[in-house]
Parts: sequence; C-alpha cells; structure tokens
Amino acid sequence: MGFSDAVRRLGSGAGLVVQPRMGFEDPARMRAGLAATRAAAAATVGTLTVDSFTRLGDLESVRNALAEGTELNGYPIASHPAETTRAILDGLASDDFPVQVRHGSAQPQPIFQALVAAGLHASEGGPVSYCLPYGRTPLDESVRNWRAGCHELLRAQDLGAEPHLESFGGCLLGQLCPPSLLVAVSVLEAMFFHGEGIRSLSVSYAQQTNMAQDREAVHALRRLCAELLPDADCHIVVYTYMGLYPRTPGGARRLLARAVELAVDTGAERLIVKTEAEAYRIPTVEENVAALEFAGAVARSLTDRRDGAALATHLEAGPGTRATDGGEVYAEAAQLVHAVLDCDADLGRALSAAFKRGLLDVPYCLHPDNAGRTRSFIDTDGRLRWADTGDLPLPPGTAAGGRRSVTSAALMSALSYVRDAYDRPDLASEPALRLAEPDPGPPTLEGAPR
Amino acid sequence: MTGSGSLPTPHPDPADAVGPVGTAGPAEAVRRTVIVSGVASDSHTWNLIYLQMLVEELGYDVVNLGACVPDDLLVRECQARRPDLVVLSSVNGHGYQDGLRVVEKLRAIPALGETPIVIGGKLGVRGAESQERVGRLLAAGFDAVFDDRADAVVAFRGFAAVLPGRAVGGLL
Repeated sequence: MGFSDAVRRLGSGAGLVVQPRMGFEDPARMRAGLAATRAAAAATVGTLTVDSFTRLGDLESVRNALAEGTELNGYPIASHPAETTRAILDGLASDDFPVQVRHGSAQPQPIFQALVAAGLHASEGGPVSYCLPYGRTPLDESVRNWRAGCHELLRAQDLGAEPHLESFGGCLLGQLCPPSLLVAVSVLEAMFFHGEGIRSLSVSYAQQTNMAQDREAVHALRRLCAELLPDADCHIVVYTYMGLYPRTPGGARRLLARAVELAVDTGAERLIVKTEAEAYRIPTVEENVAALEFAGAVARSLTDRRDGAALATHLEAGPGTRATDGGEVYAEAAQLVHAVLDCDADLGRALSAAFKRGLLDVPYCLHPDNAGRTRSFIDTDGRLRWADTGDLPLPPGTAAGGRRSVTSAALMSALSYVRDAYDRPDLASEPALRLAEPDPGPPTLEGAPR
Repeated sequence: MTGSGSLPTPHPDPADAVGPVGTAGPAEAVRRTVIVSGVASDSHTWNLIYLQMLVEELGYDVVNLGACVPDDLLVRECQARRPDLVVLSSVNGHGYQDGLRVVEKLRAIPALGETPIVIGGKLGVRGAESQERVGRLLAAGFDAVFDDRADAVVAFRGFAAVLPGRAVGGLL
C-alpha cells in the first residue's frame, strides 16, 4: 500500500493523521521513539529525521562522530548498515503505521538509496524547498541531485512498494512568505516529482498569520493539484507554524489547536505537530507524544462537533470536493505556476530559469540564486501581503508599494507576531513571567533543519 | 558570489530610523561597507537579515554573505572588499568553534589586521557564554562578542554606530 493510501485509510476514522519530527542517532532510542509514536492515542505516522551532517552530504563527519561517540542530532540513515535500520523498523513499520524519512538535503541520493535498502519508500523535500532556504548549493545542482534522487527512490518499486514524496515547498523560510508563493512552489515541486515518475505525492502548507488566508491557501493547493496533477495520488499535509514558536505552554497548545482546526476545516489529510518545547530545544519523545495526542483529540472533537449532515456529505464526496475556490491565494498562485511552466518544457530547467528571472523570488531569502527583490509584511488584518513583488508575474497593484518600508524593528515585530499573539493571554495573567521575558534578540528559525 | 544575495537597501521611515540615515554630508560621500555573514555550519538566515537591516539603518552599505559560508569564501570576500566591519552571527550552537577557527584565518591577512571583527548570537548550546569562553574568542582576534544576553542587540548597535574613523557628521 502506498503512503498516500495508508494516510487516507488511517485518517478515515480519526479525521486527521498526525506526525512528529523525530530523529536520534542511537538505534535503540530511534526504535523507542517510533514505538511511542505508534502507541500514541491518535492516528499517527512515524518519522525518522536524519542528522545535519548527512543532510549536507558530509558522511565522513558522521563516521568520525560515530567513532568518537559524539552525539548526532538525528538518525544517520546513510551510515548505519541497512540491517540496523531494518531492525529499528521491524514489527513497527507497516500499512497501519507508515514511516517517512525527513531530512532537509539538497543532495538526497544517499539518503534515498539507504531508505529503499532498509525497506522504506516515503520521504520529502524538493529541489527548491531544500535548496534555497538553508545553504549555498546552486539551484541547478539541486535540481540535478533531486532528479537523480527520484530515480533512486523509484527503485522501491522493484521491491513491490509505491515510492512517495512530499514537497516541503509549503514552508520555505518558515515565516513571512505570502501563501501564494508557498502554494505555487509546493505544486511545482510535486509536478517535478511526478514528471520524474513518482505517482504517490503530498503537497504541503505551513500555517501562517491569518486563519482565513490559510484556509484559502489549502483550498488553492487542492484546486491546483486537481487541475495540474489529475492522475496523481496526492494528499495535503499541513505544518503547524514553522516560525518563532510561542514560549508559554498555553500559547504553544493554542497555536497547535489552530493548526488542527485549519487541517480539519480544509480536509487536509495529515498534520505535522509542534510541541511545547519547540521555542527552546529539540523536543523529547514524551513531549512529541503529548503533542500528537493533544492534536488527535482536538481533531476528533472538531470532527464530532460538525453538523452530522455536512459530515456525511463530506465523507461521501471526499474532502476535495468541498466548494471553496481558494480565492485570492489561488489567483496569485495559479499565475506564478503557469508563468514557471511557460519558461521551459522541462520543469527542472523551468524552475532554475524562473528564479534567474525573478518569476519566483522568496522574500528575505539570501541564497545566491534568489533574486531578492521581493518583500512582504503582515497587514493590519493579519494577512501576509507583498510589500514589493519585484519581478513576480503578478498584476500591478498586488503590492502595497512604496508606502511600505521594512525596517529592522518592523521585521522583528513581524517575526514575533504569531508568538506574541499566542503567548499574550498567558503572559497577561502571569506578570512575573512577563517581567522575566528577555529581549528576543536576533531571531532564529525553529523550523530550520538542525 | 558578488552580493547577489544581498538585500536592496530599505528606505526607512525617518521616524523609525535608529541611525543617522540621511545625515551624510560631503565629508561622508563614500559610504562604508560592512560584511554580515553566517558561519560554515549554520543554515539560519533570519538573524543575518535582521542584522543587515539594522546595520543599513546606521548608514552603512552591507554585503550579506548568507548562511553556511565556508571559511575560504569569507576570507576571500573580506580580502576583496576590505570592509570597515565584519559581523559574524550564529544561532545553531556551534558558533564558538566556528568563530575561533575562522577569526584566526581572517587575522592572518595583513589587510585585515586592524579591521573590527565581531561575533554574536547563540554561540553555544547553553545560553550566555562563560567569561572564559568570551575571553578565548577575544584573544583569538574578535574585537567584541555579543553572546546570548538580553542587551546584546543594543550593545552591538552602540558598537557599530561609532566605528573608528567614521566622519563626525555621521555620529549619533
């Protein structure tokens, strides 16, 4: 059974499938983490997150760290023998508990080779989404690597499995990217995978600053997939907020509950959760399990509370047929996607050309292959909008234009907008905690690979 | 790269400006350059974008080298551009090791012997640095260390606003 099929089947009873981010160097600990995820009181998918040396293709540093006993920040799947990984998964990974490998690499071939050898078939990323935000690998090179990576993953077919790839395009820098660009990149990457022969796909969207806009974005994603990938087996995964995360337990829970609501309302099939520890450090297994069970419970209560008639229609017709057109986000995303498709018949070359010409341009992204001419801001209604569209193929008037200036102080408050909004109720009732709040200092991105 | 990843200069509202933007007289016709850079092992960029804007608001031109900058690229860029200040920022917890290593390479270049070089951010995995570790960074060649403390941004801005040799008309 393919990953998408398994996710759909798991979610049909529970309303939503939930998944952590989790990776440990030690095989026994990795197995315990997967076992705890499987045992959690929710419909769960397991995750094997790879360490940052493997992500960068630096397998020599992994060997040194393993030899010296220096702890890695994830599971070094390309360095442990396939039997070790098989032993971790033995009796755990199945159609009832699919396991996905998450990594962050612009050179995924060794990772895909290793996961197929271990009997797995599901992973994620993309030539744009795992290149531009995090490093310096040239985009052309990342496209070549991802093409080769898809071919590695297709070898899973020889073992009777259906290879699956999820685009990470719905995240990009984690925050302050207008949803239309997130939707466009996610759809384009899924089309790239499809063009390389992958038939089981998922597209992603990371929760942003405004619920109504987020709902439009998920509907836009589904509509574009239906139009452009009609014969693919495609589902939608929502990422709980990937920017600066609330520091209070209450704020963290409220933001996660909101992400569950977004996923359930829009019929998304899967949700990646965040924990109460997110603002501080890599979460423990227990913290992840607590977040999975909380998200599962919220999903069940939302599903139960729904009007019975509407729910019946929804289940009968399938979540993709709900009458929502994606609004403004769809209109912009469709223009971006079609402008890229017009660049070149080969989608890999089209993606490279589009970034060179600024037809795709991620605001605030410092990668040398990103034009860097776009800017975004959070409007008074909480929607993410363009302050400057640079050379994006969007109609004049899309950007707020010269009235908007982005200063360091404005950037800091935009980066902290969600954290502050969700922490506020708890901080207001606990003045001591508020006084103890330090100046935020330069921002970090909790969503970045380790 | 030749600064293609650098951001266009924002045009801050005068009321928001924290520095002497627009006060440059004839004595300050040549704008001074600051290199902002991540270190080799660190993929974070929001810290670099924030620092770029903050330094630009003080009236400097900024070349932002971005994330995961290998030591030799940083050395080459500093050699070629002769910046008036080098700002290294790291938040992944390995900045201490990365910083110690690369500052020695920078100081080995005669032209950079007197150039102010600073580092800041979350340099280790345990919050604010010990005096001993800060001392080692300073001894290795940094002019200042702005580690993970509440007043780090204010302290850095104060440092960057009054670089030696800056035209008097441009000072706060």
